[in-house]
Formats: sequence, structure tokens, C-alpha cells
Amino acid sequence: MDLKDLYQEIIVDHNRQPRNFGPMEDADRSLEGFNPLCGDRLTLYLKLDGDRIRDIRFDGSGCAISVASASLMTEALKGKTLAEAEALFEEFHDLLTAGQPDPDPDKLGKLAALAGVRDYPTRVKCATLCWHTLHSALEGDEKPVSTE
Amino acid sequence: MSAGTVTALNPGPALDVERIRTDFPILHQEIHGRPLVYFDNAATAQKPLAVIETLDRYYREYNANIHRGVHTLSERASTAYEGARGKVRDFINAASEKEIIFTRGTTESINLVAQSWARSNLKAGDEILITAMEHHSNIVPWQLLCEQIGTVLKVAPINDRGEVILEEFERLLGPKTRLVSIVHISNVLGTVNPVSRMIERAHDHGAMVLVDGAQAAPHTPIDVRGLGCDFYAFSGHKLFGPTGIGVLYGREELLEAMPPYQGGGDMIKMVTFEKTLFNDLPYKFEAGTPHIAGAIGLGAAIDYVAGVSLPAIQAHEHDLLAHATEAVSAVDGIRIIGTSAEKAGVLSFVMDGIHPHDLGTILDHEGVAVRTGHHCAMPVMEHFGVPATARASFAFYNTRAEVERLVRGLENAKQVFS
Repeated sequence: MDLKDLYQEIIVDHNRQPRNFGPMEDADRSLEGFNPLCGDRLTLYLKLDGDRIRDIRFDGSGCAISVASASLMTEALKGKTLAEAEALFEEFHDLLTAGQPDPDPDKLGKLAALAGVRDYPTRVKCATLCWHTLHSALEGDEKPVSTE
Repeated sequence: MSAGTVTALNPGPALDVERIRTDFPILHQEIHGRPLVYFDNAATAQKPLAVIETLDRYYREYNANIHRGVHTLSERASTAYEGARGKVRDFINAASEKEIIFTRGTTESINLVAQSWARSNLKAGDEILITAMEHHSNIVPWQLLCEQIGTVLKVAPINDRGEVILEEFERLLGPKTRLVSIVHISNVLGTVNPVSRMIERAHDHGAMVLVDGAQAAPHTPIDVRGLGCDFYAFSGHKLFGPTGIGVLYGREELLEAMPPYQGGGDMIKMVTFEKTLFNDLPYKFEAGTPHIAGAIGLGAAIDYVAGVSLPAIQAHEHDLLAHATEAVSAVDGIRIIGTSAEKAGVLSFVMDGIHPHDLGTILDHEGVAVRTGHHCAMPVMEHFGVPATARASFAFYNTRAEVERLVRGLENAKQVFS
């Protein structure tokens, strides 16, 4: 295991300069996610157009893996339908689950950069916090999401 | 008692750390291809061969239930178990073995006091005073009690060095204060609290005092009678003993008057469906088959620590802390959390631009084990405005060379994120 497999350049970059970062005043939906183990905290904002994600932003603080993952997620989901978003979550989940076959890199795009996390079981929750929060937000949940 | 006054204790000859390290088999392994540096001692300490072999011998040679068999093994197990109680008594200078209750650990010891002494002696409106640097285990049991009987939890604030503001502490002591429950040494900040003075002030107001000694027991001599505390709690596993065993010390007259904490076997003299006669101290508080091996293992750990000499341990850890504080502070972008004048071997820090969790993973890659997170003290994190810290905590088997490895790991983390 090389540390550079975990902290790839793109992750370091998205951690330093997260995309779609900061609150959204006119969000249709927003939801908080919290990882009590390490104190990662994020708020996800969504603007929907029918069943399509018109805009998505996030805010909060966390480790490099959680911030980069949220940043990459917002990039990947803008303009996607809700069904496409859920399908991508499934692919992403497989990417991080040891024992699963390697997912199709074409489907995951830049998200594949987080593949290294699968070798660090304690860090998987960092990478999936934003996705679980998204999933709950799309389900219409209003209670903050916790990874514990 | 504290790191700051260690030199006055005349520690005697310096520790032979290389020889001591041979007593700890776990230290001699590689993690990610590098020799392990174990700096997570405040979470749990490693076990010397003396403890490991004691547990092994118990299970191989005289495993039996205690206090009830007339057979030889039961007698041997009972003798060893009660022998361990005697060692604990000597270790903390309690007046009697009746004052030594074996529990699962500090957490259970505190819960015992909350649910037995406090629940039966306090009433709605009575106040319990803690400090802002408490571990969750010295916060939540009191919150539960407050919900049950309407007592009120008061919190003495800390300053930016991570010390209790004594004037505020004393201002909060009043006629309604019935219990003061304070940590001896902070697990996050390393602060050594002036517990003697705090106990004295609390007693001036007629309040009882419980001291959470989870971090103190491995690092400083404990004298419960010298301190004058009413209860003292600590865990075996932080003292180089097994997990799942801990101690509650309580003054005999208090324990005598307290109702049992749990009901079951061993804590009774006679049971009928109409009435049950409870057992004498300390058995009244030890319902069910206890962690026999754990208690005997704790006794072995106490013997081991006594053989090394606590003053020498303190001097060595003081040197390590001073060296680590200087070396880690010198790394660009580091902020030390907890800079009390009186500190034990705990170094919490944050680094600009790198989350503690990432630091933890990178250091682990270098073979350096530190704790990252909120350390079960979320209010402390809030006070310092950080979500989490990285924490290196030292034991007497750690070396200056290992501190260098930590510093190199921090430099490497900067490279990864540059």
C-alpha cells in the first residue's frame, strides 16, 4: 500500500479547493451529515428540476477524504437524474467495498480516484458520508445523517 | 505529583528503557514495514510479559470460580483474586481492602457512584460539579442521574491553557453542591489538576469528591488518604493490566451505607423470596462472577510498575514530554492543544491544513500509532474550536528516538499535502 494511492493528487487538490463549496440560499432541500468518530460534518444543498439535480453544493469541515469525496460527488451529480445519482452511489459503494470486482472506470469518472480508500476500512465512512447524506436528502429525510 | 515537580521527587537512577522494552513483546513488530512506535498509551497501555504470563497461568493452572468452591482450584483462585485486592489497596494507600471494589473500569466505577451513592443521597435541586475537561464517562452518568432525580449538573470552566479556572470552580461551590467529580489528569490536554486543593475546597462546602484517575494511575503515585478524596476510580488496562477490570475506591463508611449497585450472586449472604441479606464489603458491590483473571492480571501489573519505580517513570515521561513538545512545536503549522504548567505525558495537537484523521493515517503508514478524534471529550474540542486533535501519549517504554519518528511523520504529512 502506497500512501500516494490514498492521497492522489486529485484528492489533495479537491481538499484544498473544494468545488461547489459554500451554502446555497435557495436550495429545495438541505440535509446535515455527521461522522461522530472523527467529527466530520457537512451540509448538502440540492436544487431539483423535476427528477433532475439542477444544482448541488456542500458546506462543512472534515478530513481530506470526506471533503474531496463531497467535492467530487457534487461535480459528478450536477445535471444527473435521481435514478442516475442512485446508480452512481451503488457503483461508488462497490468501489470502496473490499472483495467487490473493480467497477467500470467509465461510469465512475473522477470518483475512481477514491479507490485507494478501500484499503483503509476505518476511512470508508469518511468517503461515503456525503453519499449517505445525499441518499437521505433524496428520500426526503429531515433528520441529520450519522455514520454511527 | 505532576510533570512539573517530578525533579523534586529524586527519581533515582534513570530507567533502563531498552531492558524494559524487552518485557513488552508487542512493541517488537513492524507496521507497514517500519518498527512500531506506540504513542496511544492514554487509550490503552501495552502489557508486560509478567501480566500476559499471569493470565496464561491462571487459565492453564487454576481457573475456577471464587468464594464458593471448597476444592483446591477455587481456593487458589480466591486467594489470588483477594491477593490482587490487597495489591490495589497498597498501590493507592487505602485504609482497608473493604474499600476496594473491582469493576469493569473507570466508567463502571463512576456509574456505580452515580446510581448507588448519588441516587440514594441526592435530591432534586442538589448540584453536582464537574469541570469542562471531563471525559464523557464523567459527564454522561451525571446527566442520566439528573434526568432520573432532578439533580443539576454544573461545569467549572477551563482557560486557554487547558487548566481549570480555580476561582470559577470555587465560585460554583455552594450550599447545594453535594458532589464534586473531577478528573485527576486530562486524557486530552494532559493537565494535572490540583486535586488536593479542589478536594479541600469541596469538603469546606460539605460536598463529597470523586476523582477520575483513569490517566493518573499509570503516571503518578496515588494516595487516596493523602488526597482525602471520598471516591477514586481507575482502569486496569491503562495501567498495563487487562481490559475489563477496574477499581472503585470508596471510604468504608460511605460504601457501608450505600445500597448495592447490581443484584446477583456473590453480593448476598442469604436469599429468600421474602428478604435478602446483602453481603459485607466489598462483595456487596461485586454481583456475579467477576473478571477473576483480570483482577489477578491487574495485581501483576501493579507489581510490575512497582518494580520499575513510579518516580523513575515520571522522570522519564517528563523528559519525553518536554522533548516531544519542543520537537513537535518546531514543525511548521502545529498548534499544541493543552499547555498547562502541570502536565503529564499527553501531547494533543492540530496542524494547519491537515485534518487530524489524515494525520493519523499518514503516521500509521510510518508505523507511528497515535489517536485522532475527539477523545471522548467533545466539550473540550468545542472549547478549543477544533473538531478533533491528534494525540501522542507516552509510556515509560517510549524513547526519544520514537519522538523523532513522530516528527518525521509530521513532516511527511506536509509533503503528502503539499
